[in-house]
Amino acid sequence: MNFDNWVPLLIVIIPLFVSVFIFTLAEDKTKTRSVLNIGASLFSLGLVGFILWGVSSGHHYETRFSFLPGLDFVLRADSLSMLFVTLSSALWMLTTVYAIGYLEGSPHRSRFFGFFSLCVAATLGVALAGNLITFLLFYELLTLATYPLIVHRGTIKVRRAGRIYLMYTLAGGAFLLLGTVLLYSITGTLEFVTGGFLSAFDSSNHSLLILVFVLLMIGLGVKAAIIPLHGWLPHSMVAPAPVSSLLHAVAVVKAGAFGIVRVVYDVFGIEFSVILGLTLPLAIIASITIIYASIRALFQDGLKARLAYSTVSQVSYIILGVAIAGPLAAVGGVVHLVHQGVTKITLFFCAGNFAETLGIHNISQMHGVGRRMPWTMTAFTIGALGMIGIPPLAGFISKWYLGLGALEAGQAWVLWVLAGSSLLNAAYFLPILYVAWFKKPRGDWPAEQKFGKYETSLLLLVPPLITALFVVLLGLFASLPFSALAWSEFIISKEFLL
Amino acid sequence: MTPAFLYALVGIVLFSIGLYGLILYKHLLRKILAINILGSGVFLVMVALADRIGDAVPDAVPHAMVITGIVVAVSATALALALMLRVNEETGQAVLPEDREA
Amino acid sequence: MLIDSPHWIIIIILLPILGSVVCFLWREHIVKLALATAVGTVTSVGVLSWQVITNGVQRYELGAWSAPLGIELYLDGLSLLMLLVTAIVGFAISIYASAYFKDDKTNIFWPLWLFLWSALNALFVSSDIFNLFVTLEIIGLSAVALVALSGGANAITAAMRYLLVSLLGSMLYLMGVALLYHSYGTVDMVLLSLRTEMTPTMWLIMGLMTTGLLLKTALFPLHFWLPPAHSSAPVPVSAVLSALVVKASFYILWRLWIVVFPLADHAQANLGFILGLLGSLAIVWGGFQALRQTRLKLLIAYSTVMQIGYLFLAFPLANVMGWKATLYFILAHAVAKTAMFMAAGNILIHRGHDRIADFYSMAQYLPLTISAFALSGISLMGLPPSGGFIAKWLLLEASIVSGQWWWGLVLIVGGLLTGAYVFKVLGYAFIQEDSSNEPYPIGISKRMEWMALGMALLAIVLGFIAPFILRIMDIGSPFAEVLS
Repeated sequence: MNFDNWVPLLIVIIPLFVSVFIFTLAEDKTKTRSVLNIGASLFSLGLVGFILWGVSSGHHYETRFSFLPGLDFVLRADSLSMLFVTLSSALWMLTTVYAIGYLEGSPHRSRFFGFFSLCVAATLGVALAGNLITFLLFYELLTLATYPLIVHRGTIKVRRAGRIYLMYTLAGGAFLLLGTVLLYSITGTLEFVTGGFLSAFDSSNHSLLILVFVLLMIGLGVKAAIIPLHGWLPHSMVAPAPVSSLLHAVAVVKAGAFGIVRVVYDVFGIEFSVILGLTLPLAIIASITIIYASIRALFQDGLKARLAYSTVSQVSYIILGVAIAGPLAAVGGVVHLVHQGVTKITLFFCAGNFAETLGIHNISQMHGVGRRMPWTMTAFTIGALGMIGIPPLAGFISKWYLGLGALEAGQAWVLWVLAGSSLLNAAYFLPILYVAWFKKPRGDWPAEQKFGKYETSLLLLVPPLITALFVVLLGLFASLPFSALAWSEFIISKEFLL
Repeated sequence: MTPAFLYALVGIVLFSIGLYGLILYKHLLRKILAINILGSGVFLVMVALADRIGDAVPDAVPHAMVITGIVVAVSATALALALMLRVNEETGQAVLPEDREA
Repeated sequence: MLIDSPHWIIIIILLPILGSVVCFLWREHIVKLALATAVGTVTSVGVLSWQVITNGVQRYELGAWSAPLGIELYLDGLSLLMLLVTAIVGFAISIYASAYFKDDKTNIFWPLWLFLWSALNALFVSSDIFNLFVTLEIIGLSAVALVALSGGANAITAAMRYLLVSLLGSMLYLMGVALLYHSYGTVDMVLLSLRTEMTPTMWLIMGLMTTGLLLKTALFPLHFWLPPAHSSAPVPVSAVLSALVVKASFYILWRLWIVVFPLADHAQANLGFILGLLGSLAIVWGGFQALRQTRLKLLIAYSTVMQIGYLFLAFPLANVMGWKATLYFILAHAVAKTAMFMAAGNILIHRGHDRIADFYSMAQYLPLTISAFALSGISLMGLPPSGGFIAKWLLLEASIVSGQWWWGLVLIVGGLLTGAYVFKVLGYAFIQEDSSNEPYPIGISKRMEWMALGMALLAIVLGFIAPFILRIMDIGSPFAEVLS
């Protein structure tokens, strides 16, 4: 094993070690903890950059060792995994900074950051997994690592939310396991192969493979919050804001969506999925999710709740892109992985700022907040407009490609779904913007904290500004060779040419 | 119907009586006695079946097994009796809780 | 060379007995002597492992007398793994107990425990069915005495019940031995495997022996004695009982089933189905009962009832992968259950009770212990990465391959039930109630916390070394129809 074989493992191991180390730190060692956290995430980003450079010069990075009879533990850096890894590492960095600011003075920070790092390790493992069994391992690890974060505050209400979360995710994990074992016993392999290994596999037993697909989709769909498996998501809003942003933008929900992308492209292969007749039902379910969740969002007064339903809706764009079975739509779906992540994390960061600085949890309390916290509100505005899909922001690029792809694949009905959901997005985001910027405050803020001369702590302010900037840049410079869009095009070109 | 076969039959009967007693009687001393009878039944079957081949000298292996078994049974009975006395001390009756009358 | 000596296999039996006697006689240094014996025993098992892994199956004739009158010992991959898990669990228990027992109970615990350890070792290397009876009896008597160690009405009555059940089981088994010897003229398992045939007597024999062993293994519905016994025993004893003692009688049943009982395919399928069905009922019943418990030790005891059910799911499958999965279950469960009981013991000492609903803030006071509980729970649930997951995966694969996929479903349901009661406990441990700020001054010895965590980590490590363990399982082909 040369150095190239260790690199993917290193990416996953670093946050793991950080996690264990942080657990042993005494509660008051704030500086050590912060330095460790930020240092590790920076180092990780550097490592990611190193891999990207190495891949472009022909290196092949793969960690592999024997795990079960006939199955290996595989971590591989391919184009799709690196997309997710880069997104996760970058957002890890920003969320760490944000969390340090948010939890200032809270109890049990060592415990929190310990599990936080464990979460990151699991997400990176999901991204780098090179076969379905490794994916399953880290997917379940993610469930276990996120539970303590949800119940961090330790109240009865929080415990109940945690219980609901577990019920959904553990049951989902059981479905995923069943599907995986079934698949393995049919085919004898679980490796991710671009173009899908099943397409090369001569099988007459289509009904069994359809069963496998359904089982896998249910298992992955729980985390990806597809209707009707999304029930855990609104309840988990009781978690601290850094957790919500992590869950919604980066880790859990994305892991589910990423898994669906992997299964459709690298297990079944898009042509075989079409042959089996699986893509249309998937597209329909995704569309129902998009519309239903948007409607539910409309009726939420809680800011985080509205954002939660928005996430449910937006993640299904990714699935829709995959299910439309045309290259342009696929590009739209995959690039939305990045765009939605960056945009949504901006919104959640801002929601956390409002809650922490002014005690605001509901939209009805947000009157005039634009005057009090202009920078945060600007970031929020950019994020909201990005979600709606206003050009030249990132969200517009994704929707544009999805629309084009739908036409190309002959699925024009999808255009109605896209249009309808954009209208709904506008309907539930624009009023917030109006109320925040153009209305006068209704009185004193519920629980105001002063943070010195800026509107809020710098640690809380800078991350959303950075991510908002990316929302703009990703959209504006999408046509550049190293943008997320170009990357997605590269991934999809490999997939569809085969 | 050789004598050996008769012994074996008696052994089986003893086994059944012991089993019956163990399950049905409530008092611990009776249960312990039942186990002993059950054990004796097994040993009797073993000894009886030692006379297999019709040789002049019976097979020594079952004899060895029975002796071992008797030793084990005696130790077990001693432990059981001691426990029974402790049960009586702790709960006032020499029966298991599920067999108590009110 | 010393390491190559064939006598190590006897040392693992004699050393603990010797230690037991010495501990009984020299009370002043009892803990040191006991721990020295433990270290010696573990080292001997280590040497034996090296021998088996490099040279294959090991055989030994006691006093150079051969069968049928002499006792022969036999060590293949299955035996070796059982010895190893006994050694590791035994060592951890010994260290834990050295901190747990403080008063005069110490003088009673150590001789009995070393005696039990010796008998366990002897059982796993026996190759004839009568020797198995003797070792089984010794295990039973020692275990009963250890259960009674706590004193108090609950423990004493539980011990009494356990003794009666154990003796009944042994007698049923012995009757089977008698009939087997009478029919086939030998008690050696290898010879029996060659001679046995399906006759009506054979059915009676199988019935007697299976019933007796099922009684001792506490398979539903013969499990009634287990929860009171395992929950009222002192914590180190509970761990040994759940992890090792119930597995000893299972081991015997297993060997008989594979090697001695001459099951034709359809008979195997029918009887196997009954065992699998009972196992499934054990899983569901045990799981629900565990969920209902308000006291931690009882919850863990019912968890054992449930996990014993897993062991029987492979019987209807009749393939080697199923057996390997079962062995992996045994290994993972032994380690995880030990960790869990140790965690319970820590909680009991720290808080003075084990009422789950009053576990608030436990995660704060005993972080190592709660981590141990969580990690061992992960293995029991069969979530990756853990030994429990490997076992679950192998069994799922085995059940799908053999076409009887419904056993796999039972396994999944069991995993979810386990998740329910494990997270019930963890949920309470994470609650921060600031009601009644009683400080909890009783600190836990670091030794006890680290032993619990160490065992739990081992359960996780078992999830990563599967290929190595599976290779050991192949030594001597224990799962072939005839022992080689």
